[in-house]
Amino acid sequence: MRLAVLSGKGGTGKTFVSVNLASVAKEAIYLDCDVEEPNGWIFLKPELEKKQTISVPYPQVDQARCHGCKKCVEFCKFNALSYVGEKLLVFPQMCHSCGGCVLLCPQKALVEIEREIGSIEYGRAGELETRGGILKLGEPSGVPIIEKLIGSIPAGKPAVIDCPPGSSCTVMESISKSDYCLLVTEPTAFGIHNLALVLELVKLMDKPHGVLINKGLPGETMARDYCIREGLTILETIPYDSKLAYTISQGQLAVEKPKYRQLFEGLLGRIEKEAGL
Amino acid sequence: MKIALPVDQKTMDSPISPSFGRAPYFLVVDTEGGDFEAVANEAAMAPGGAGIKAAQKIADLGAEVLITYRCGQNAHDVLSAAKIKLMRAVAGTAGEVVALFQEGKLEELTQIHPGFHGRGGM
Amino acid sequence: MRQLVVLSGKGGTGKTTVAASLARLARKTAVADCDVDAPNLHLVFKPTLVSSKPFYGYQIAELDQEVCINCGRCRELCRFGAISDRVADPLKCEGCGVCEAFCPAKDHLGRPAIRLVDNVTGEVSLGKVRGELFSTASLKMGSGASGKLVTEVKKNITSRATDQELFLIDGSPGIGCPVMASITGAHVVLSVAEPTQSGLHDLERIVQTAKGFGARCLVCINKYDLNPQITEQIIDYCRREGVEPIGKIPFDPQVSKAVNCGKPIVDFPQSPAAGAIIELWNKIKDILEEES
Repeated sequence: MRLAVLSGKGGTGKTFVSVNLASVAKEAIYLDCDVEEPNGWIFLKPELEKKQTISVPYPQVDQARCHGCKKCVEFCKFNALSYVGEKLLVFPQMCHSCGGCVLLCPQKALVEIEREIGSIEYGRAGELETRGGILKLGEPSGVPIIEKLIGSIPAGKPAVIDCPPGSSCTVMESISKSDYCLLVTEPTAFGIHNLALVLELVKLMDKPHGVLINKGLPGETMARDYCIREGLTILETIPYDSKLAYTISQGQLAVEKPKYRQLFEGLLGRIEKEAGL
Repeated sequence: MKIALPVDQKTMDSPISPSFGRAPYFLVVDTEGGDFEAVANEAAMAPGGAGIKAAQKIADLGAEVLITYRCGQNAHDVLSAAKIKLMRAVAGTAGEVVALFQEGKLEELTQIHPGFHGRGGM
Repeated sequence: MRQLVVLSGKGGTGKTTVAASLARLARKTAVADCDVDAPNLHLVFKPTLVSSKPFYGYQIAELDQEVCINCGRCRELCRFGAISDRVADPLKCEGCGVCEAFCPAKDHLGRPAIRLVDNVTGEVSLGKVRGELFSTASLKMGSGASGKLVTEVKKNITSRATDQELFLIDGSPGIGCPVMASITGAHVVLSVAEPTQSGLHDLERIVQTAKGFGARCLVCINKYDLNPQITEQIIDYCRREGVEPIGKIPFDPQVSKAVNCGKPIVDFPQSPAAGAIIELWNKIKDILEEES
């Protein structure tokens, strides 16, 4: 089962839930798709086994062949090209790698070369295999890294996918091949509002899903009420606990404590049942 | 010589726009003769890379000097390849600022802010 | 008009909570919610709507099935897998225009069978809260051009506000393009940090990002009593980096209660968090004066 853990709002506990679920699952892989701000490694402390650089294509100009017709400049929707001072300038980080300029150039002055945008680190933490994507600071899009990460999951291997926050294209890529989506929310007005956004996304992409309410507060039922109204399955409610919060702040796994190991094992079982396994 | 300024309105009474790449108009002033022309800035509507597109426009207009409050790294790369001088704008109308430039009272714009990394969130 | 932007590298540190309270405390202040992927500030302030308009991001490809001759060229050339079965998928299309440029089939107006069309990817609205301007926007999921949208949200205020003294911006989380667009033009940047390993790591990234913009960088630590050791580490980090640690806010269960009934915590001045934020605001006020 490929389980994606996501939330509309940042800070609700996606990584907390992901790393602890991955730690109790048998022979699973943990994938950190939050390539802008990966944090899973803080908790899992994996031993690095392999690093793979991820590159994307962008155009390189042969100035001798370029006649300055500016067809490429006018074509590029992303303004990655500029012709000034009788030279063609290329802005690699603006480029979406569509290949259009290379195809259009009447002088065949453009070729595609690759540049590194980040990497995937393969590691191991005990029985758990870990794969984390990291986007180089200054690079605009982590989508190509996430694509590779998701594509690297061996068939049949259970995976826990720690998604980026929000509901933008990086999230879409992260859940694209998932079998089940666990939506993590918190019982606050912000949490519910953002849950609604990410819920729209999983429905649009036809993904079976359920909810985990994290940092539950006594007497605060708004998250539960919302889920009931929307017909959402609540798979678990984890009450706010300042000791747990401290443990997390120290970068430690909750499942080192038996109480939470039990909780996450139970949760995993329920998810597998919901996902029809 | 032609001087360009990003402005919010089409006249010499307009203040300088706080943005370069997304200013609604550019004023191009010819110091010989004092003619000026207001040009719509198409880069303002660009989903990404507005600075680059705006800088290309300034170069295409034949300006030798750009007076602006702010300039991003990408726009700066285009302007310097086009050998366009970058001056820091101050408060006042476009007319007043051009006069200050001609009196040598403006400073070069040296603080270039990082590019926005273009891909607009995608 | 001074500009103050509130940021966090990491989500969930309390950026919007702090921004909402600062907005309440400040006088003659226009407010913008630039967290366009997941705007939350309007939930606290409930602005009355003045105007709203659609936002156009990147164009997307649309295939006219009647004109299409099914040659498959667009599908071959599309790098994003957006075309299948003579349909362009708006979620995958990046608006590059390659399909349009190479489509051999033309309609009676000479337009290619597959071509880029305008796409409404969001909405920008202007409202009022207690007589002050409030600008916000939302972005349809999966859409790009969030930097452009942030710029629109800010322009809603900067093109209008005349007697406002302060423009307060609730920025996006993260370090990407919408954050950059939030920071530009700011005189003061306030980063809200949380005392966790993840929080420290993410603070480093946002501080590096903000420093490049020439604004005065301030840091406050929210829920600081959650982990006093890491709070100290953050303060040390700030001093090493030349950014100012200007306040600590304690964890306070009253905060979420206040947010849930649509009020900033400073509406309850007796609460510990409110007290800390009021102190924070007094320091920021002085700094904004200095930056004038």
